[in-house]
Amino acid sequence: MTEKPGFDELPALIASMTGDEKHFHAAMSTLDVLWVLYTRVLRVTPAMEEGRDRFYLSKGHGPMAYYATLAATGFLDPAEFQRFGAFHSPLGHHPDRVLVPGVEISSGSLGHGLPLAVGTALGLRAQGRSEPAIWVLVGDGELDEGSNHEAIAYAGRARLDQLNVVLVDNASATHGWPGGPESRFAVEGWSTMRVNGRDHDALETAFTTPHAGRPHLVVAEVAEGGS
Amino acid sequence: MRERFAEVMTELLGEDERLVLILADLSVGLFEKARLEHPDRCLNLGIREQLLISVAGGMALAGIRPVVHSFAPFLIERPFEQIKLDLNHQDVGAVLVSAGASYDIASGGRSHQAPGDIALLDTLPDWTVHVPGHPDEAEIHLREAVMGDGRVYLRLSNQSNERSYAAAHGFRVLREGGSGTVIAIGPMADATLMATEGLDVTVLYAATIRPFDTAGLRASLLKQKDAAVVIVEPYLAGTSLTHITTGLPDIPHRALGLGVGLVELRNYGTPRQHAIAHGLGTAGIRRSVASFFSL
Repeated sequence: MTEKPGFDELPALIASMTGDEKHFHAAMSTLDVLWVLYTRVLRVTPAMEEGRDRFYLSKGHGPMAYYATLAATGFLDPAEFQRFGAFHSPLGHHPDRVLVPGVEISSGSLGHGLPLAVGTALGLRAQGRSEPAIWVLVGDGELDEGSNHEAIAYAGRARLDQLNVVLVDNASATHGWPGGPESRFAVEGWSTMRVNGRDHDALETAFTTPHAGRPHLVVAEVAEGGS
Repeated sequence: MRERFAEVMTELLGEDERLVLILADLSVGLFEKARLEHPDRCLNLGIREQLLISVAGGMALAGIRPVVHSFAPFLIERPFEQIKLDLNHQDVGAVLVSAGASYDIASGGRSHQAPGDIALLDTLPDWTVHVPGHPDEAEIHLREAVMGDGRVYLRLSNQSNERSYAAAHGFRVLREGGSGTVIAIGPMADATLMATEGLDVTVLYAATIRPFDTAGLRASLLKQKDAAVVIVEPYLAGTSLTHITTGLPDIPHRALGLGVGLVELRNYGTPRQHAIAHGLGTAGIRRSVASFFSL
């Protein structure tokens, strides 16, 4: 394992992943959120302890920032990036939980991460385990998928306060979300906040704001572009 | 093929006011001209695939001929119940046009691959299924499909033969032999012809696989000493075996289906690497065919 890179080195690491990957903007839009989650919020280590927090990358396209963050936090060897997208590489253009250490769900088709997270939250509740937090990263365009709205409604009714969603809003939804995407969560009883998605301290504050009895949404606003 | 689809579909929207193209964010850039010229008949619903199919069903109920396009997993697999109920069960028609096929997006992994799409559609009645092997064939199938009112699936791929072999329904004989029959579907024609070079087998070709041309297959088998058939399909292996068996109740026969394996291939890379891994490269097909016919 080579020396772990820091945040300032992540863009270069991302650029080192070659191939015809077309989701560079999507990758960059999530970079700060991922970094703050993995370095300040999530209780996770490469040992993947049973009581760890869970992070589900639902917006699986453009996973380079995710891979770079996993490398910087000791889950992945950055040397793997040279084979990004190759036949025998574990690193595809969408992450696979069976192949990549630290990846909790395989994603790529939109609208699966949040419903899976609701299931995990319910599973932990059924086991009487209130400690692990579940985090899901979705995009504002991804919110188009109807499966998300079934999960949003149910999570609110079930008062799943272990569940946290960070929605990276780069205004990529074709038809937009009047009132902001947070309005869809708020009406279902979620705790919601909106912050600058590039401001690490603001992100940390939003991520750690108490929300007893309610699932929690943080909208991380970033510049338009990508998907 | 997707580019040809965009070019011809844009032209058709200008000619036939009964047509509406419905998208779900994918390929939108290919239809900029169509959206400007026909804003009410070239619609992008956003990333909403269940809505995509249901809207097509609703439009058909209103007398529209909907043409619906997305990548194969998002067009067939994700909204399959909408296909079953909002098209078949309403008894209305639509033209579903997919891109991506089984592993065009090899580096995208499983979420972007749909080798089982035709097997899924096989659980529903009355679908015409085209698997063109060349952009020229795709264009002919599209023009034919929009003229009708039935349910049509047009499966486009980046994999293409060097030339068009046939777009007519039914099997066309590409090569004649006496020891058995090999059927190549769509983009598998070139590889199958190369793989069977020098082997004493008949090679049939089809770009329309549903309805299945039982009569054409029977005609080929009756000329041969061994009623044995290998079908080479660019999607889930064995998808058409049921159609072969049910079409030959009176002829003792042997059949082998080559295609994409059922087991998930957790690899990325290129479509060619995936073809080889599934035994669909020239060498793999030749090994399977020679072994099956003991040649």
